[in-house]
Amino acid sequence: MDKQDQKTHVGKWPQNCKLASIEPEHLRNVIVRKEKLAPTVTLVEVRAPLVARSAKPGQFVIVWPHEKSERIPLTISDRNPETGTITLVFQEVGRTTIELGQRQVGEEIASVAGPLGNPTEIELYGSAVVVAGGVGAAIAMPIAKALKEIGNNLVVILGARERALVILEDYMRAISDQLIITTDDGSYGRKGVVTEPLQELVSAQKVDFVFTAGPLPMMKAVAQVTKPHGIKTIASLDAIMIDGTGMCGGCRVTVGNKTLFTCVDGPDFDAHLVDWDELQARKSFYFDEEKAQLKTIAGNKQ
Amino acid sequence: MAKGGTRNPMPKLPPEIRIRSFEEVALGFNEEQAIDEAERCLGCKNKPCVYGCPVNIDIPEFIRLIREANPVAAARVIKKTNALPAICGRVCPQKEQCEKVCVLAKKSEAVAIGALERFAADQEAKHSNPAEPPKPENPELCKYCVAVVGSGPAGLTAASDLARTGYSVTIFEALHKTGGVLRYGIPEFRLPRHILDREVDYVRSLGVKILTDVVIGKAVGVKDLLNEGFEAVFIGTGAGTPKFLGIPGENLSGIYSGNEWLTRINLMRAHEIDYATPIKVPKRACVIGAGNTAMDCARTALRLGAKEVTIVYRRSRAEMPARAEEIENAEEEGVRFQLLTNPKRFLGNERGAVEAIECSRMELGEADESGRRRPIPVPNSEFRIECDTVIVALGQNPNPLIRMTTPELDTEPWGGIIVDPRTGMTSIPGVFAGGDVVTGEATVIAAMGAGKIAAAGIDSYIRQKHNLII
Repeated sequence: MDKQDQKTHVGKWPQNCKLASIEPEHLRNVIVRKEKLAPTVTLVEVRAPLVARSAKPGQFVIVWPHEKSERIPLTISDRNPETGTITLVFQEVGRTTIELGQRQVGEEIASVAGPLGNPTEIELYGSAVVVAGGVGAAIAMPIAKALKEIGNNLVVILGARERALVILEDYMRAISDQLIITTDDGSYGRKGVVTEPLQELVSAQKVDFVFTAGPLPMMKAVAQVTKPHGIKTIASLDAIMIDGTGMCGGCRVTVGNKTLFTCVDGPDFDAHLVDWDELQARKSFYFDEEKAQLKTIAGNKQ
Repeated sequence: MAKGGTRNPMPKLPPEIRIRSFEEVALGFNEEQAIDEAERCLGCKNKPCVYGCPVNIDIPEFIRLIREANPVAAARVIKKTNALPAICGRVCPQKEQCEKVCVLAKKSEAVAIGALERFAADQEAKHSNPAEPPKPENPELCKYCVAVVGSGPAGLTAASDLARTGYSVTIFEALHKTGGVLRYGIPEFRLPRHILDREVDYVRSLGVKILTDVVIGKAVGVKDLLNEGFEAVFIGTGAGTPKFLGIPGENLSGIYSGNEWLTRINLMRAHEIDYATPIKVPKRACVIGAGNTAMDCARTALRLGAKEVTIVYRRSRAEMPARAEEIENAEEEGVRFQLLTNPKRFLGNERGAVEAIECSRMELGEADESGRRRPIPVPNSEFRIECDTVIVALGQNPNPLIRMTTPELDTEPWGGIIVDPRTGMTSIPGVFAGGDVVTGEATVIAAMGAGKIAAAGIDSYIRQKHNLII
């Protein structure tokens, strides 16, 4: 293959490129678009042609921004097989996400591997509610879209700490039959937490399916609201992972007294069966180390 | 040294120095020691050692060349059948293979074949130009593409054999770095990174293309590979799924699989301050199991700075599956052994982190189907071992990703891919497999042997398919 051909392949990926002719060059993860959705929430659209051609709603990638980074799981919010790109949304909370947020359009991410995990089961349930907190809205985004497209009546509840942290509002409004927003401080939408409107909904009308993504305590609370009503509730879990392919077992979670791996058995699980407290303990195990890492970046900046 | 004389011991870093770093423990022979050791070889006509080697290296021949002070030529002889000599010289269980059948082993001690292999490979790296790889035997075959899934020992071997024959080979690796278990599993103090990088570069120099971060079975199906330009596929995805004990409390924080523990350190370099992946330095660590991985985990924990590291094993010393050399190394470094002890449950603190293991004492009964005496619990013998870190190193099952997404692939109930042992072909024509994904967790060299068989199987499959007489 000559130079000219290689260029064409990069541009037209993947239609004209058979797998046997891929070169490492074709798989470089270049950022093509970047947007700040909120002060600490960033969206990047990045080239990952092999992921883009096969990703389904609910799947994730493992991202490794540079040589010294951690490998972190990020849900695929959107994909475009024509351009060979996927969209990732992340909150800049730890060293790796902050450093990822520092990458600009045209720059590269060292590694994006996936799609990993199982796609979310999208069915015509009838009445579906998507409950998302904070950056969980980005995880819920493709699920909400797919639930609506298949014909469900869709209510989306978005919760955030404050107005500035409400993301993807326009998108969710456009695809849902009803959008409810809550903020902890009442600076936007209803004052309070997502479980309050959810409680009202499930008491007032028949709800057939709930999907939830966001902070663990929120998902646990959502499960507590829907359980007495016997409503099928699926949570997208975000556990500590390294490889994302079933190799390390770091992401194990107890579901209905069975140990499962979030990466290969999930990331979706029956929210009524998840051992939330155990998951919370496992997730916060490295709290001190993560804080120390933050100081490392702060120190570097000075 | 005359023929048959006393075996030269492997020079090692002293324990008190080596536990403070990840420096390689075994230092390798110098030229004098190597020639002296090579002179011990009887040069047997029937070459039992060659048949004891899973990849049939011409051992007497390479030893002869070392004796003649030509280690570079010796390395070339090894590389005819083994693309990874510097790795095999370090991690092969020679005592179970070539050295076991060495004629000298019957009377005194076998020739140190592994140490000599390592010497030849390291000398070649020092003294020769790496940019002169052998030419493909049949360049016309380059229009046929073969996909290799996984860049561990099986994949690297299959790829280099196929490339040397003349095929165009692409390796797909799911992780961001090459080497598979050689990188994430084996610690640097047994296999330094630059040695691994050098061997992978050699495979690349044969014309093999390596694509990292591609998860076959997820991003791309095995069938997609066959539909999009590959004549054949070799699956060498290894035994990646860690086994756990299945006892209460196993998901407490601070309890790792051997894979997770080693991957955090070997692949992600969590122990280095400027790398972001976290690890907690244990005060008291317990490693469950007594295989090579368990020894690696224990010795790694010591090097992180753990005050006390204990191997907890339900059988006795005689049944420990690790290489004798690794057990000895671990012991010299201060790893403790709590034998005939079986964990019953893990106990945690208020934050959900492990703080103790409740164990019962065991005694040995009759031999079981593995030929080892079966451990039986001693009634009312429960006791606790306090610890803040537990590493469960009981072995691994085959990686499930390809099995889960390729329903046409016949597998064993325990997950191993079923292959024709003569060719390595699976139940899907054109799809071959070998290494730990077929056998369950075994050795680097066994995986390499399987990679060679499959490479030959792929070669004859493609020739038959296209009626090639070349």
